[in-house]
Amino acid sequence: MDKGPILEIEKLNIRFNTPVGEVHAVRDVSFTMGREKLAIVGESGSGKSQTGRAILGLTPGKVTAEKLAFHGQSLMNLTPQQWRTIRGKRIAMVMQDPKYSLNPVMTIGQQLLEAARDIKEGAEARQHALGMLAAVRIRDPERVFRAWPHELSGGMGQRAMIAMMLIAEPELLIADEPTSALDVTVRLQVLAILDDLVKTRHMGLIFISHDLNLVRTFCDRVLVMYAGQVLEKLTASELEQAKHPYTRGLLACPPEIDHRRQRLPVLQRDPSWMEPVSS
Amino acid sequence: MTDWAIAVTPPGWRQWLLAETPHSRLQARLSRAYLSWIAFTRNPLAMLGLAMFLVLIFFAAFAPWVTMHSPIEGDLASRLLPPGGDHWLGTDQQGRDIWSRIVYGSRTTLIIIFMVAITAAPIGIVIGTTAGYIGGWVEGLLMRITDAFLAFPKLVLALAFAAALGAGIENAILAIALTSWPPYARIARAETLTVRGTDYVAAARISGASDIRILVGHIMPMCMPSLIVRVSLDMAGVILIAAGLGFLGLGVAPPQPEWGQMVSDGRAQILEQWWVCTFPGIAIFIVSLGFNLIGDGLRDVLDPREG
Amino acid sequence: MIEIENLSISFGHGADRVDAVKNVSFTVAPGESYGLVGESGSGKSTILRALAGLNPYWTGRMTLAGHALAAKRPRAQRRLVQMVFQDPYGSLHPKHTVDHILSEPLTVHGFDDIETRVRAALDRVGLGPSFRFRYPHQLSGGQRQRVAIARALILEPKVVLLDEPTSALDVSIQAEVLNLLTDLRQQLGLTYVLVSHDLGVVAHMCARLSIMRTGEVVEIASADELSEGRLLHAYSRQLLIASRGYDTEAIAAFGDF
Repeated sequence: MDKGPILEIEKLNIRFNTPVGEVHAVRDVSFTMGREKLAIVGESGSGKSQTGRAILGLTPGKVTAEKLAFHGQSLMNLTPQQWRTIRGKRIAMVMQDPKYSLNPVMTIGQQLLEAARDIKEGAEARQHALGMLAAVRIRDPERVFRAWPHELSGGMGQRAMIAMMLIAEPELLIADEPTSALDVTVRLQVLAILDDLVKTRHMGLIFISHDLNLVRTFCDRVLVMYAGQVLEKLTASELEQAKHPYTRGLLACPPEIDHRRQRLPVLQRDPSWMEPVSS
Repeated sequence: MTDWAIAVTPPGWRQWLLAETPHSRLQARLSRAYLSWIAFTRNPLAMLGLAMFLVLIFFAAFAPWVTMHSPIEGDLASRLLPPGGDHWLGTDQQGRDIWSRIVYGSRTTLIIIFMVAITAAPIGIVIGTTAGYIGGWVEGLLMRITDAFLAFPKLVLALAFAAALGAGIENAILAIALTSWPPYARIARAETLTVRGTDYVAAARISGASDIRILVGHIMPMCMPSLIVRVSLDMAGVILIAAGLGFLGLGVAPPQPEWGQMVSDGRAQILEQWWVCTFPGIAIFIVSLGFNLIGDGLRDVLDPREG
Repeated sequence: MIEIENLSISFGHGADRVDAVKNVSFTVAPGESYGLVGESGSGKSTILRALAGLNPYWTGRMTLAGHALAAKRPRAQRRLVQMVFQDPYGSLHPKHTVDHILSEPLTVHGFDDIETRVRAALDRVGLGPSFRFRYPHQLSGGQRQRVAIARALILEPKVVLLDEPTSALDVSIQAEVLNLLTDLRQQLGLTYVLVSHDLGVVAHMCARLSIMRTGEVVEIASADELSEGRLLHAYSRQLLIASRGYDTEAIAAFGDF
């Protein structure tokens, strides 16, 4: 297994044309990642989702970067045929709500088989699909295989989604708020499944979230984004020693169960955080 | 990139309409309407449709000034003259100037469109929102009535009404309106079902608002965008049905000019004196197309979908 | 202030029947902030909606400020209890200005000094007069939620029901809105019933709470007991552990309830 970085991004910029002018949604974002769990954390409008989508070429904005490489291969300006060899096969994506990301008019089995189309065929494909459902700890794979998306609970749907995305054995998984729509106990069970799969398949995982407290317990490294820029990069264990006031603010403002306070500290946004970060 | 529509607005007005902080409900509403207008003007095809509509209005308003002959009195000595010279589009079998008849016929077309719209749309909205909001057997009853009307092809039903009521423009309008309201009721009901379950309607109920207030103030405004789009797209169809009725002699009474009747009257001469029915046909086509383009443009502005 | 006794709510008939709330009882003292905690399907929001008067089909007893509540509520009684909803993007009418949204309840109840009250309401939630004639789509999520709070307070209710009021907001905005709610409760002597799946929010805002699961109350605890981890029922303890973050050993021990 090669130890080098699987993803290298240098000065990624994403711009949108809107009726009120050009919006610079992602500004000079740079990072590399290996086979680890990397979190991109930010509030709404921080650009974290757009960054994730840009890696798969799924953003409608204009993407420019000095480097956007997956295993050394550039992901800029690929043709649709080239994208087909990467999307779903080498890089996959899991999104927030299975209600909206699963096709409501196809059974789970049909969607799994469609995802496995290029790697296996016939009876072998079906076995592989059932195996994936078992790998995401679904107790009755046959039943879920035949089920329609609306018959599944949120947690089951998300697990089916993960099974679908991992069926082609990608090397990098981008998860965009994969557990935000789930109940808190189900959330942790889904994370445990992700953790397991990432470890056994030696995958890289980009975990996009707004929940800093969740990612500090789950991921290895954390990127904090604000207004399109990466303000701070830390390992999860170092979060307590975060230096940037925004990160410290994000850590301090959620209410804590065991430490009740009269008033919650309010994040004072410093306009200087919007200015270009000197990297 | 400055829109021409913004550029032509006088600066004082422009500032007032684009103000970030409106100071009254009127200002807020006009500002919103202005922004929708700007979005509409960005669509070239929609503007083309609007232009066609404005030309129609212009002709209807200034008919006496743009025509040189009477649309109802004809000179039998000048029957079936080809286009050119004194008669720009030629004359029909009774020596009447076709250009004049088309221009005056635009008034008939406008009246029919307008009257159908203001009759059918309110019927549809009221029936649809009531059905959707009350539910139960009331909804069932109203929707089955709607289905009954919808089951008939529009032209056939309009024919039946017009034949029963007799010829004449009022009866034609009534007949067309009676066949046009069902889709609006359907649309209104569908929107009502969605809006009924929203939190803002729940909040209105919690604050004690009456059902009427909720229906009129909360639900109907949410139905308007789809309805406006549908009505403008339907206008094209209304013109065609009116033309169809006129073609079959059930519309406007002669010698009043009406485009459909003109096409019908010119049938026999279509091979040799083609201009008698072709030009009214082109007029029908242009106005229908205009309304279609306006309707599409309105849909993009009022009911946008991601591109 | 609020007494709920043997409240039961079910939807559907026969084979499709769902018992969303089963024999729930709890009381809330005047001026108290009470929490209803649970995961989806626990019935917590259903109880709130019945209390708000949105659902007339319930059995049991509900008493509000001494008045026994019936399926149909007289208009004047509506002033006692108001609600703030979860989704700031769905709780304000997209085609009504803030002014319209705030003045409508006042018009319904026949107030005269609507102008003054609307301005005061905006002021109270920290929004200046410049927001008065804006439309919801021109406001941020936090601003919309403030308008929703202003609307809930404009009829001077005694009880405010909060249905996950901050779960759709960014965490920094959540802090501001929770602080605002705390301040308002103190200033106006309100009673809150707060529904949330987030134990942190409930621990911060409430003095007592009911933990619910599939329509039943599993445990009633004080916020202190929650903070100190002194919960009795196994499900409550599991919820508490799950709220602390990702811990592989703890997850392995999760039971299916």
